[in-house]
Amino acid sequence: MSLKLNRRKFLAGTAAVASTAAFPMPSIAQAKGVKLGLLCDKTGALAEGGFQMEQGVTVYLKSKNMTLAGHKIELLIADTGSSPAITKTKAQELVERDKVDVILGPLAAFEMFAISDYIVQTKTPTLCLAGADDLTQRKPNPFLTRASATSSQAEHVMGDYAAKVMGLKRVACIDSDFAFGYEQQGGFQQVFEDAGGKVVKKIWAPLGAPDFTPFIAQIQDCDGVHQGFAGGAPVKFMKQYADVGLKLPVCGGETAGDDALLSRFGDEAIGLVNACPYTIDLKNDANDKFKALMDEEYLGIPGFYAASMYVTVQVVEAALHALHGDLSKPEQTVKALRAVSLKDTVRGPLHFDHFGNAVGNMYVRKIVKEGGKLTNVTQKTYENCSQFWTYDEAKYLAQPAYSRDYPPVKT
Amino acid sequence: MSLWGILAINSVAFGGLLFLLSAGFSLIFGLMRIPNLTHGSMFMLGGYVGASLYMTWHLPFWLAALGSAAVVAAFGGVIERLLLRRLSGSILAQVLVTLGISFIVADFCLLTWTGDPISVTTPPALAGGVRAFGLFFTIYRIAIILVACAVAALLWVLLDKTRLGAMIRAGVDDPEMARVVGIRVSRLFTIVFCLGAALAGFGGIMGAPVLTVYPGLDTDMLPLALVIVILGGAGSLLGSLVGSFLIGFVYNFGQAMFPELAYFVLFLPMVLVLALRPQGLFGRHAS
Amino acid sequence: MTATRAALVVALAALAAVPWWVQGDYYISVASQILIYAIFALGVDVLIGYAGLVSLGHAGLFGLAGYAAAVALAGGSGHFGAVALALAVALLGTAVFAALSLRATGIGFIMITLALGQILWGLAYRWVSLTNGDNGVGVATRPMPFGLDLEVASHFYFATLAVFLLALSGAWVFVHSPFGASLKGTRDQPRRMTALGYNVWLIRYFACLFSGLLTAVAGILFVYYTKFISPPTLVLTSSAEAVLMVISGGSGTLLGPIVGAALVVIVKNVASAYIERWNMLLGAIFVAIVVFMPEGLVPGSVRLAQWALKAIRPPPAPAGGSPPGRAGVP
Repeated sequence: MSLKLNRRKFLAGTAAVASTAAFPMPSIAQAKGVKLGLLCDKTGALAEGGFQMEQGVTVYLKSKNMTLAGHKIELLIADTGSSPAITKTKAQELVERDKVDVILGPLAAFEMFAISDYIVQTKTPTLCLAGADDLTQRKPNPFLTRASATSSQAEHVMGDYAAKVMGLKRVACIDSDFAFGYEQQGGFQQVFEDAGGKVVKKIWAPLGAPDFTPFIAQIQDCDGVHQGFAGGAPVKFMKQYADVGLKLPVCGGETAGDDALLSRFGDEAIGLVNACPYTIDLKNDANDKFKALMDEEYLGIPGFYAASMYVTVQVVEAALHALHGDLSKPEQTVKALRAVSLKDTVRGPLHFDHFGNAVGNMYVRKIVKEGGKLTNVTQKTYENCSQFWTYDEAKYLAQPAYSRDYPPVKT
Repeated sequence: MSLWGILAINSVAFGGLLFLLSAGFSLIFGLMRIPNLTHGSMFMLGGYVGASLYMTWHLPFWLAALGSAAVVAAFGGVIERLLLRRLSGSILAQVLVTLGISFIVADFCLLTWTGDPISVTTPPALAGGVRAFGLFFTIYRIAIILVACAVAALLWVLLDKTRLGAMIRAGVDDPEMARVVGIRVSRLFTIVFCLGAALAGFGGIMGAPVLTVYPGLDTDMLPLALVIVILGGAGSLLGSLVGSFLIGFVYNFGQAMFPELAYFVLFLPMVLVLALRPQGLFGRHAS
Repeated sequence: MTATRAALVVALAALAAVPWWVQGDYYISVASQILIYAIFALGVDVLIGYAGLVSLGHAGLFGLAGYAAAVALAGGSGHFGAVALALAVALLGTAVFAALSLRATGIGFIMITLALGQILWGLAYRWVSLTNGDNGVGVATRPMPFGLDLEVASHFYFATLAVFLLALSGAWVFVHSPFGASLKGTRDQPRRMTALGYNVWLIRYFACLFSGLLTAVAGILFVYYTKFISPPTLVLTSSAEAVLMVISGGSGTLLGPIVGAALVVIVKNVASAYIERWNMLLGAIFVAIVVFMPEGLVPGSVRLAQWALKAIRPPPAPAGGSPPGRAGVP
């Protein structure tokens, strides 16, 4: 517990430094400086995720001495408070008051939607973590680049793996009753059913439900469970699932078995299969370095949020190289960002499709206990996954967006 | 395992947990007419403190539970003496201060325990489950039911059979008269507030192996406490008990039977009950 | 009397001149936000301060108006139509709200309003075909009254200021009217009012409607301001925040809610850039207000000012013939 306090104090100090840097600068021409604005949740329900986003960004910048492609970087961090209204105000603060060149984040889909029109209106290149599918599909935002994934991207993979490798035939899906849940379950269901499986039920737990047991109780008549809980809910779910006495295999999406969250689970999580664009046991130089940096700065294990933001800053750096530091034309900036193609990142190879969404590896992992601690071990790597899975893009876009009722449960 | 079996057991277990949450609020509101909006944060604080005592400092679970109850009780005492005491009768100021304190407590917990949820391992003596009558009973959930009943019985004995209880009941019924008769009402208030806070903190750690402890637990649980106290009638122990189990059942069966109405399953019935009987099911006077 | 008038003129001039003495579009936008929440807080104060009814569901009405406007605009309606529709829907909603909530007073009223607010919040999430669920509804453009482009921060500020002054005048007329007096009567002595022949329920009902009207106006302005609305706008903590604005500023006054709104908006949006633990700060400020000025910032400041003035001014010379011991009685 005392270690955690020190980590927090360190970050508070870092944040204090970052926020004093947020004081309006005198209007001297900044010769080569580049301003990055980070929108993350420092307070509110998503605080831990926002925290990890900050860690990923700062650790990369510090490893490069706050200089990317020869340009001094100024990082401004704004707390979205897990609220769309505050996110909008903070975006205005970053763009209008602080005049940032690029926005990093936000985390949640509902925060991203609050500023989607605004970043188009102000032509602010944004690299978000939020997975809302349609922002790079049916309602594409021309100033958005996404180095993480759509909400359904890893779930396509999970659906395939669940049918073909785990051999599941009838799965009950359970998730939180909001858009992120719908998109995750939709992605899983479409691919799972195309591979021969059947989703027998979709159970939705309202936001703010303290006890998932009445929903878990509805899991019947199936040979597996698929969940997509996010934030701290996966821990609660696995505990309450075990308490009901169910022993069916459980699989999940990118947030269900996040590496950074593993220390919080009990033994009931052993055996959980999950698909994620990042995995802690990926063996390459970038990931080894990243893990070492995170351990040194924060005594922490990185997860999907930190890794995505780490890669995001790497993408910004590559774009800065290509543009020779000239961010004055936002359309060119976005073009450069989307043109970035990297081989050695913490998540493996990465490039972007023409909507600006990441195309990269997806890792299916399983939680095991090693050396007394829980960790993810990669079972299968799916390479070069786009947001459309193996579907034809036009056909995919023509189908309705994943929602509570789509794909429907076939009786 | 049948759906209805799981729901039935969980209804009673959740009801027991809700009783621990709401009994304190009901006492405080019933006696002192203070809507203690810090109650949810006290529940959460109890969960966090208990989790630390149990998981980090390896105290036995029952000791951790009593310890967190004591810590939260002390915290409650400080609030009551320093802040709430001077606000008697001023309900708006009480709302302001209790909400303000809940902000501080919530942020303090975020700072100290970070934003990750804390999963409290079920104490080994109470872990696992038994199969009987074709149903799976989690031992810990049975334990919660028993503990809640024990606490209810203790509170009943306290209120009905002891002098302190008589004084509390006198204070609930007529504080002015109680003062006239020589009851040290202000000292009583502090005792009751500490007791209410202790119950909340105790509930927090008792609930932790089921609900985990996470930022936002306070705002998830507070509306439930309010619903129960309103339905059951403030200051009525029986009302709290019945209200808790009722809400436990409504929450579990309502969610399962009316999945389309999951967001409304608690508040629709509440509006109906209050519209028809504003003093709640057991309240004695219309507030 | 003249001192108050002078203060009012100064305040008005300061408000009108905001785009000049406040530097930067961003802070002008914050000023607009303060005014919007001030209107919301005024609406809540009509009930808390003047009717003695605490509502924990007003964010539901705020959101109802905002959603009605946003959905109408998204459906192709013009601005005038959208605003009219939003006001009508919100008033209808308030009528139902009030009819249900006024079955009880005191804690019962608080609880019914809380429950109703939660129901509206749930509806915002679940009625996806209407509200688009938690993806929310965006507003594409702001209106252009008299050719003034409200996309410009200072123009939007002036429009908001105009609406605010209108709302404030309306509230002033309301509380100083005979109806306002009877409302205060029902707050202080409901039984006596009934005995005197007043229909207490009806008086409270109309107060709720007026409160709902102010709240709806704020909700519509809000949705034009953020150009986006989603279910978190209607969450319970938003209702609680409005109540906190009123109480911290001083319920039962007109200036109190404005000050309270300014306090909360500034801490949430401006101070949060410099202080990571702004939630704790806000909580601490509320506690401090309760300790030092439990009646609220505005009445407390007035009290402090009067005390200070008394301390500075020399004691008045006793008038000829007035018995000793009488001096100082107001």
